[in-house]
Amino acid sequence: MRINSIAAALIASTLSAFFYPAAAPADARQETLLIVNELGPNSLDIHGVGANRPAYGVAWNCYDRLMTYGKLTLPGGSASYDYNKLEPELAESWQVAPDGLSATFKLRKDARFHDGAPVTAKDVKWSLDRALAMGGFPAFQMKAGSLEKPEQFVVLDEHTVRIDFPRKDKMTMPDLAVPVPSIYNSELAKKNATPDDPWAANWLKNNCAGGGAYKVTSWKPGQEIVFERYDGWKSGPLPKMKRIIVRDVPSAGNRRALLERGDADMSYDVPPKDAQELAKAGSKVNIVSQPVENATWYVGMNVVNPPFNNPKVRQAVAYAIPYDKIMDSAFYGRAVKLYGATSNEPASAVWPQPFAYRTDVAKAKALMKEAGMENGFETTLSFDLGQATISEPTAILLQEALAQIGIKTTINKIPGANWRSALLKKDMPLIINRFSGWLNYPEYFFYWTYHGQNAVFNTMSYQNPALDKFIDAARLDTDAKKYAADVKGFIALAAQDVPRVPIAQPYLDVAMQKNISGYTYWFHLQPDYRQLEKK
Amino acid sequence: MARKPVWGTIFRRLLGALPSLAGVVVVTFILTRALPGDPAAFFAGAAATPEAVEEVRKQLGLDKNLAQQFLRYLSELAHGDLGQSLTTGQPVSTELVNRLPASLELTLFGLLLAAVVAIPLGVLAATRRDSWIDHVSRLITTAGVSLPVFFTGLLLIYIFYFKLGWAPSPMGRLDPYASAPATVTGFFIIDSLLARDLGLLTASLKQLLLPAITMAIFVMAPLARMTRAAMLTALSSDYTRTTRAMGLSRYTVVYRYALRNALLPVVTTLGMVFSFMLGANVLVEKVFSWPGIGAYAIEALVASDYAPVQGFVLTMAILYVLLNLVIDVLYSIIDPRMAAQ
Amino acid sequence: MNAMFKHARYVLQENPLTLFAFGLFFFLVLLAAFGQVLAPYDPLASDTAVALQAPSLAHWFGTDQLGRDILSRVMTATRLDFAIALSAVALSFIIGSVLGCGAGFFGGGFERAVGRTADTIMAFPLFVLAMGIVAALGNSVANIVLATAVINLPFYIRVARTEASVLRNAEFIEAARLAGGGNARILALHIYPNILPPMMVQISLNMGWAILNAAGLSFIGLGVRPPTPEWGIMVAEGASYIITGEWWIALFPGAALMLAVFCFNLLGDGLRDLIDPRRRT
Repeated sequence: MRINSIAAALIASTLSAFFYPAAAPADARQETLLIVNELGPNSLDIHGVGANRPAYGVAWNCYDRLMTYGKLTLPGGSASYDYNKLEPELAESWQVAPDGLSATFKLRKDARFHDGAPVTAKDVKWSLDRALAMGGFPAFQMKAGSLEKPEQFVVLDEHTVRIDFPRKDKMTMPDLAVPVPSIYNSELAKKNATPDDPWAANWLKNNCAGGGAYKVTSWKPGQEIVFERYDGWKSGPLPKMKRIIVRDVPSAGNRRALLERGDADMSYDVPPKDAQELAKAGSKVNIVSQPVENATWYVGMNVVNPPFNNPKVRQAVAYAIPYDKIMDSAFYGRAVKLYGATSNEPASAVWPQPFAYRTDVAKAKALMKEAGMENGFETTLSFDLGQATISEPTAILLQEALAQIGIKTTINKIPGANWRSALLKKDMPLIINRFSGWLNYPEYFFYWTYHGQNAVFNTMSYQNPALDKFIDAARLDTDAKKYAADVKGFIALAAQDVPRVPIAQPYLDVAMQKNISGYTYWFHLQPDYRQLEKK
Repeated sequence: MARKPVWGTIFRRLLGALPSLAGVVVVTFILTRALPGDPAAFFAGAAATPEAVEEVRKQLGLDKNLAQQFLRYLSELAHGDLGQSLTTGQPVSTELVNRLPASLELTLFGLLLAAVVAIPLGVLAATRRDSWIDHVSRLITTAGVSLPVFFTGLLLIYIFYFKLGWAPSPMGRLDPYASAPATVTGFFIIDSLLARDLGLLTASLKQLLLPAITMAIFVMAPLARMTRAAMLTALSSDYTRTTRAMGLSRYTVVYRYALRNALLPVVTTLGMVFSFMLGANVLVEKVFSWPGIGAYAIEALVASDYAPVQGFVLTMAILYVLLNLVIDVLYSIIDPRMAAQ
Repeated sequence: MNAMFKHARYVLQENPLTLFAFGLFFFLVLLAAFGQVLAPYDPLASDTAVALQAPSLAHWFGTDQLGRDILSRVMTATRLDFAIALSAVALSFIIGSVLGCGAGFFGGGFERAVGRTADTIMAFPLFVLAMGIVAALGNSVANIVLATAVINLPFYIRVARTEASVLRNAEFIEAARLAGGGNARILALHIYPNILPPMMVQISLNMGWAILNAAGLSFIGLGVRPPTPEWGIMVAEGASYIITGEWWIALFPGAALMLAVFCFNLLGDGLRDLIDPRRRT
């Protein structure tokens, strides 16, 4: 019996360590914001190869751009960026040339990087050159705004830069305010460059050479990143929060528990079910929601191969999708419906907007018969495992519904790593996927997803010259009426031909404690710590 | 006199382990290359064109054939370079070194908890063989080993953190507002003791408890089972019978003589269980956001990130070999009869 | 034979847990055979109107996110889980016992090669090896079986090798050899049948482990394809609902999983008592 009691005593003493509540200095908590997210950054350098989305957030807070976007209050009372308004950040003023083919930026004279070095025109040129030279995503993003060659960036004097435009492109100025053209401390970076690595990619991956409102004080990849306010920041009002801790908590359940127990201040991109439940009255946590701009969840069909090369089959699928069930059980209502419109002729030139499909199995069966497919066929339904929270229930419901019109599907979950290469191969017949465009223009969305250039996001390999003509025209239109006609033109064609069936426009749900305020929605879907406040 | 054979044993064992290690290196290399997904496509970024993907492939050296890639990997390995993780962007060796203490601390603590419960349970079961205690002990430990660890972990979090609020948040090794002790061993318990920081010690102990219990529940069965068996053997052996015949009290017989003799096989089992736990804790680490090497390996595997997976497997294999070596050496020191074999 | 039965009765009487395990095993086998027929609902049919309902008279185990009946899914899953575990264990048993038996009997270079293979597999963190195999070859039931079989292989090789190397020098083998039996004949007729009893224990213990292994793979997303019901996947899917209070989604398949593994573990112990009372632990 004695051994027994010794064991009991041992267990009790270990357990007793367990019962004391955690204690941390109260004032440190007051000035610190603890954010729990699913995934942390894999690089501190947005230009680096393979930098992930959270890395964009690091760039946003630790680096400045020449300009930023204005802010507006949405009808629901929440704050959002205003993509129609550009505001000064590092540049205190700018002037677009009368011919519209260049812009001259005057830098703030008092702006300094984190190490105290002044921000000069040289740094701006070096940084923009770097965004192009590093290739891959940053270069692509620059080119989307006609920023294509280093010669376009001209240093006029220590505090003046001119950017030349090869053509009048309405995306050029907005593109200078996205996270990619962040301004780096070129002297510091060059000090850490090597002959093999002239742009200091290796060093900047782990070090921040910026002048933004926050400095990175510690970064443990895959675990935690800690930011501290840079008190010498001049590009805007000094942020309220002194310290930001962002922890990676992969389990959604744990993130929710941390929020509900008040241990975490904020969590970004909350899964729909949690958002729905936390948004209910009586919840201890606030949920701020915003439909993600220019984003859709959709069912895509590969139009190159039979049977989905037949528009009738695609329409049959569009009529078979159990939209309302998906809306309830996959999205928990945290999305805007993109189905059930009265007509496939759009009334306005906005995107996303609903198509005129709704669940109508009889009609779907009739369409299958018209297509000569009344006996149905077998195919594979694929989705990205990384998006399983929404895709998996959607896939199961879709599988069940398609079986009713004779389409037998096998569900194929593809691990995140493989998803990109699977998309590149363009051989999946039927997929559930999500796409969102940074720049909030319908033609930008359609250029990537429907245009005959067949970019990777045109997951259906859809090519239709008539639709391309509308997209190309809309990109260059200056006349508002003509522009609207072109946009409506390509939306109508997309609805009629349905290579992809939009289901819903998702919300970005952000959960925060009731004492947190100042949250602003940004197109890059990353948090902006500079406006946050804790009472 | 005992010295020399021990060194000889160590040398022979190390030499004997080399072929297995080589096998591990080759198998891991082939397996990771067979992973689906294309790291080049993954890292070329969202809107990459096929040409951009090719460019990244070249950058990563993936355009070479398998043999060339393997040779390159071997020569890097010879220089102690385990490569770079693409997902976290850090050298694999640094990350493994940083994360290994977290895994080891969790595993050792879990093992300690398991031993503290399982060994007395085994002793009791042996001394009261076929009594209700024996059956209950078998029932409980078997039930423990029958539970999937991720399920146990989640259940414990739900009850002790979410419902009762006794346990701290399952967010890794420390409360986010606390800062880690100065790194000496990398074990937070030891480092905070060295720093004489009692607050930090309790904080890290608290974080450790739930995941450690989760692991302990799973490994109690083999420990209790082995203790019971070893005790039964020891109790029925000649010398125990002799001591009993000499009129020593039952307590002395059981705890002074039998238990001491039974500990040898128990120690061996502890070693085996330890190496098993080190591999099995990938799931526990995932559930508790524990920044160990297991969680690191899972994420890398899902991202087709070769280097960390290879580094992780190699580290585990080396640990496994070393552990077995330590057990053998301990054995031959404790029990000279073994050294002679 | 009579003595064997007597012994069995004695063991079962002495050890009520083994009796219980046999009962449980019988029940689970029935469930695997008839679960699909007996299930009150279609395990794949969604009904979003009754999604996420707590256990009730209509749905004894409640419903999941898509309104599928959990009781029906748990019952139906029995067959697949048993099939995975059984085929994985059978595969590693056949390959492992033949290799191990040959290694123990012939010794020499063959024994070294087989031993090295087993050592190499053992030097891997086994679960991670299984993950790697499934990740590399793709998500399918066949690959889960293969991965589970590979990581179990060394245990069979070792048991078979030890037994065979002991038997090699046994008198009756010597007698068979003198009677003019060739190696193949001796192996097949005399050695192999005699290593089966100790292997049975290993099989039973491994069945439980195989089920756990498949569940762990599912938890990481490397499991069976949806919407097929499988205990591990159901626990993994239900795991995220535990925190929000919908405990039944994970609990019932988890309990079924535990019960099955538990049953095999107890059965393994019981078999050990029956087959080799001296080694009882």
